[in-house]
Amino acid sequence: MFYREAGQFKTSYIADQSILPIAQDRVFVFGFMAVAFLGVPWFIDSYWANAIFVPFLAYALAAIGLNLLTGYCGQVSLGTGGFMAVGAFATFKLITLFPDLNLIIVILLSGAITAAVGVLFGIPSLRIKGFYLAVATLAAQFFLVWLFNKVGWFFNYSPTGQITMPSVEMFGVLVTGPSASPAARYLFCLGFVVLFALAAKNIVRGRVGRSWMAIRDMDIAAELIGIRPLAAKLSAFAVSSFYIGMAGALYFGVWLGSAEPIEAFGVEQSFLVLFMIIIGGLGSILGSVLGAAFMTLMPIFLKNFMVDGLAVEVVTAKHVEITLMGVLIVFFLIVEPHGLARMWQILKEKLRLWPFPY
Amino acid sequence: MMFKRLTGALIGATLALPAVVSTASAYELVIPSLDYRTGPYAPNGIPFANGYHDYLMMLNERDGGIEGVKVKLVQCETAYNTKQGVECYEKTKDTPPSRALVYQPLSTGITYQIIPKASVDKIPVHSMGYGRTSAANGKVFEWIFNFPATYWDQAAVLVKYIGEKEGGMDKLKGKKIALVYHNSAYGKEPIRTLEKAAEKFGFELMLLAVDHPGQEQKATWLQIRRERPDWVLMWGWGVMNQVAIKEASSIRYPMDHFIGVWWSGSENDVLPAGDGAHGYLSGAFHAPGDNFPAHDDIKKHVYDKGKAQGERDRIGEVLYNRGLIAAVYASEAIRNAMKIHKTKEITPAMMRDGIESLDLTEARLKELGLPGFTIPVKITCANHAGPRKVALQQWDAKAKKWSFVTDYYDTMNDIVDPLIQEDSAQYAKENNIKPRDC
Amino acid sequence: MGGEVIFFLEIVISGVMAGVMYALVALGFVLIFKASGIFNFAQGVMCLFAALALYDFMAPGGWVDRWFGFTFPVWMAIVLTIGVMVVVAWLIERLVLQHLVKQEPIILFMATLGLAYVLEGVGDILFGSDVKPLDIGIPQGASDWALDNYGIYVEKLELVAAITGAVLVTILGIFFHRTRIGRALRAVADDHQAALSVGISLRTIWVIVWSVSGIVALVAGIMWGSKSGVQFSLSLIALKALPVLILGGFTSVPGAIVGGLIIGVGEKLAEVYLGPFVGGAIENWFAYMLALVFLLFRPQGLFGERIIERV
Repeated sequence: MFYREAGQFKTSYIADQSILPIAQDRVFVFGFMAVAFLGVPWFIDSYWANAIFVPFLAYALAAIGLNLLTGYCGQVSLGTGGFMAVGAFATFKLITLFPDLNLIIVILLSGAITAAVGVLFGIPSLRIKGFYLAVATLAAQFFLVWLFNKVGWFFNYSPTGQITMPSVEMFGVLVTGPSASPAARYLFCLGFVVLFALAAKNIVRGRVGRSWMAIRDMDIAAELIGIRPLAAKLSAFAVSSFYIGMAGALYFGVWLGSAEPIEAFGVEQSFLVLFMIIIGGLGSILGSVLGAAFMTLMPIFLKNFMVDGLAVEVVTAKHVEITLMGVLIVFFLIVEPHGLARMWQILKEKLRLWPFPY
Repeated sequence: MMFKRLTGALIGATLALPAVVSTASAYELVIPSLDYRTGPYAPNGIPFANGYHDYLMMLNERDGGIEGVKVKLVQCETAYNTKQGVECYEKTKDTPPSRALVYQPLSTGITYQIIPKASVDKIPVHSMGYGRTSAANGKVFEWIFNFPATYWDQAAVLVKYIGEKEGGMDKLKGKKIALVYHNSAYGKEPIRTLEKAAEKFGFELMLLAVDHPGQEQKATWLQIRRERPDWVLMWGWGVMNQVAIKEASSIRYPMDHFIGVWWSGSENDVLPAGDGAHGYLSGAFHAPGDNFPAHDDIKKHVYDKGKAQGERDRIGEVLYNRGLIAAVYASEAIRNAMKIHKTKEITPAMMRDGIESLDLTEARLKELGLPGFTIPVKITCANHAGPRKVALQQWDAKAKKWSFVTDYYDTMNDIVDPLIQEDSAQYAKENNIKPRDC
Repeated sequence: MGGEVIFFLEIVISGVMAGVMYALVALGFVLIFKASGIFNFAQGVMCLFAALALYDFMAPGGWVDRWFGFTFPVWMAIVLTIGVMVVVAWLIERLVLQHLVKQEPIILFMATLGLAYVLEGVGDILFGSDVKPLDIGIPQGASDWALDNYGIYVEKLELVAAITGAVLVTILGIFFHRTRIGRALRAVADDHQAALSVGISLRTIWVIVWSVSGIVALVAGIMWGSKSGVQFSLSLIALKALPVLILGGFTSVPGAIVGGLIIGVGEKLAEVYLGPFVGGAIENWFAYMLALVFLLFRPQGLFGERIIERV
């Protein structure tokens, strides 16, 4: 009844090709953005920022990055944790070497450095495919983390190998370090995620994105129609790593504030981000965000629900939480193997016909 | 349909999220306990959490709390994972009515996370013998305490012990000491101290890193078998300890020349190795065993009333006692804070003053039912690490018991102090902290 | 023999042994991948779960002890644990796989993550998270005979593991290539639908395969559990099996063993001879790098089936 596009006519190709062709979608998305940018910062406290929104946003960016590579270009990667480490350590080195550099530039540069590293480790993808490639990217994961743990230069020779983010201001407001306000951290991350989600959406709609998808669907066929696998695969690795590097920078710089490589960027991280995009929906930007929300927020919701809501003992709650996470994952996959994004689409379809489905 | 139900559940969970349900009318002392009873390090986390819990519960049951004010223990599960630790910290720090009085983060990673945050939130952190060593310098780290001794002190003491066994520190020259360490921030802690000591006493230091989790250490121990170091030190954690001790006994390394850090010296670590572990040494700052009056009170007031979280026969394990002594420090500091500020409704800031002037004497330990359990602790504004003394305990595989084999050794101030100064000065510089006058 | 030679030999031997231990875990992966194209993320947790169940049947204070007041001898406990793993396999098929027929491999992979969570949580709830020293009578420690006579250090437990591994591979090889079920398994691996249409029951096959890989997980769990005590970390050994898996090929049983040997020996040699120059602890990434190098020459692994692509 409310969600119906009847009567909305497109009079130009540009209008027809816009990201949100339906008026109701536009209203919804802009409304949502308005709440996110203007509403939430008024209410956010340090728990909501540090435990929920900031990690969610950092992971969302990483998930978008990985989805570009895995969901759109079909190259399964388990090097995400390592690439996030590159982003984090690049940020740390840049900010300590050039303390006056603007934080946004630092993060972009970190992304660029990660992109270079990503291309390097993407080269084997030209020969290795599928799960073999996934496990091969683990080589990158383990090597990078080992490197950052071993070579003193990366962590400025601190006695334990921990890196700590100094407090940095943006436009006179602290965004990193312990004294930064929750709202500032949140807005900083949100800005990054929204901007680059939009960029990603446009990349995958364009020529580059189409060449990735052609490679994903069948690389030999793609080659025959004139897509160069080398350029397509490596560009996917580069763009994806760029995103993941920035995510690593946010993860370390804005959220954690200090990190040690093996724990913060371990292989669990790589798996976690991969699971986010699968549960969210491969080949969907929205899916990446939904998946990140599911995997980061669901455990916290479950835990708080059980401990505070049902007064379950903490240990038991944790065990049940793990079990329930597993059950939920399996359940979602059975209900909709193509992820939360697909579920969202189905919901919209249903809404379109509502209240007269026949 | 599915989706709607899910959203419903989600909203329900969201509503349940803010944990601020203040029903208690009476003032309570909030002590958060960041446990890890799950995950790869759970076997170590469980006894510690039990000890911490049981002692505070015992105070509640026996005395009605501390000076008549009940303790409200807020448990939160971290799984020894830094990210979950951050969530726990944020969740528990403002728990009413008193806010969190003191944090016992129980992991090097989480401690490093919390140090800057707690300093801003003005909540004291007691990283008891772990965490950032240079927090010993109270001039820089106003809110962080790491008494009764640091990793660096322990490394120094172990070298001292080795020197003693070799017949004098001058005999260390030309000896070879290996360090097998957990390849993480925690495991790397002693390296700098040992390097300095190696320089000073002329022994050779051999560094062998073992990656998390450490189930496969063949290469490490084959190197030890070839190089035959005179002594092996270990900074291990979790499954790494059990495997290392087993490997050491397999290659017939003399166990009484194999010394673990105090986190590598619990029953869990040696039991799987069976008789092979006999004679293995580790550092310690409190006694093992459950033969103290305080343990009897715990059994009577907590276990008999069915309020315990652990098993009765595991009272008195090394890590249980470590949790217990942590709870003793916290409760004594609360008492001290109440005395200084002449109020029973203390805040985290008052708690900090309480910890900073804590003076836990042997006489007081005796009153608490823990005679000779640990070293007396006296904290000052400049010294947040307290006595900085470490003893050694040895495992008897036949009796399945740890027992002390040495007295408490003093640290080597000439080696450790400059390192602490250097590291804390660097932290102060990085974070624009002006050291306090003490 | 000179000391250096003996030392080299020791490294190679211990590498071989470690390799077999990895291969034991990798075998479980191979079985499931071969029969259903699923990369089973839960394999490590299955090892843990099997070892926990086994311990519980034997240990005083376990469920059996608490309810019935007695514990089982080792062999009975093993048989019962095999029973448990079969039930687990049946449940997995019933509740999960049955609903995911014909889905893409990556979706099935994700489903096994869910399984891993469930098994981990249930294992924790049922058996607790303490270290459980597992002793089923496998000899442990250095072999005195080798050490005294030849000055070579050989770990007895690993010797047992190596022999067990060899036996297991032989049996599985025969099972796969000589029996009816084995042929049916291979047919299913090739194409679910085609197998169905020639009358092979997919569901039975899956239950069988998951049961067998549950039993393999039990063997791996016993070996690793005897070494370090049964505890959560046991589930992390899956990570050590991955390079073995890609090196040997996802679909080859002998590949798992050969891959295990190459990785085991390679990483030990690297750690001992290369490690000291770059700071040590290189075992982990070196194993993957080694596998990667092999993959560049044979993208389907050493023994994997050739990947044939058609347009």
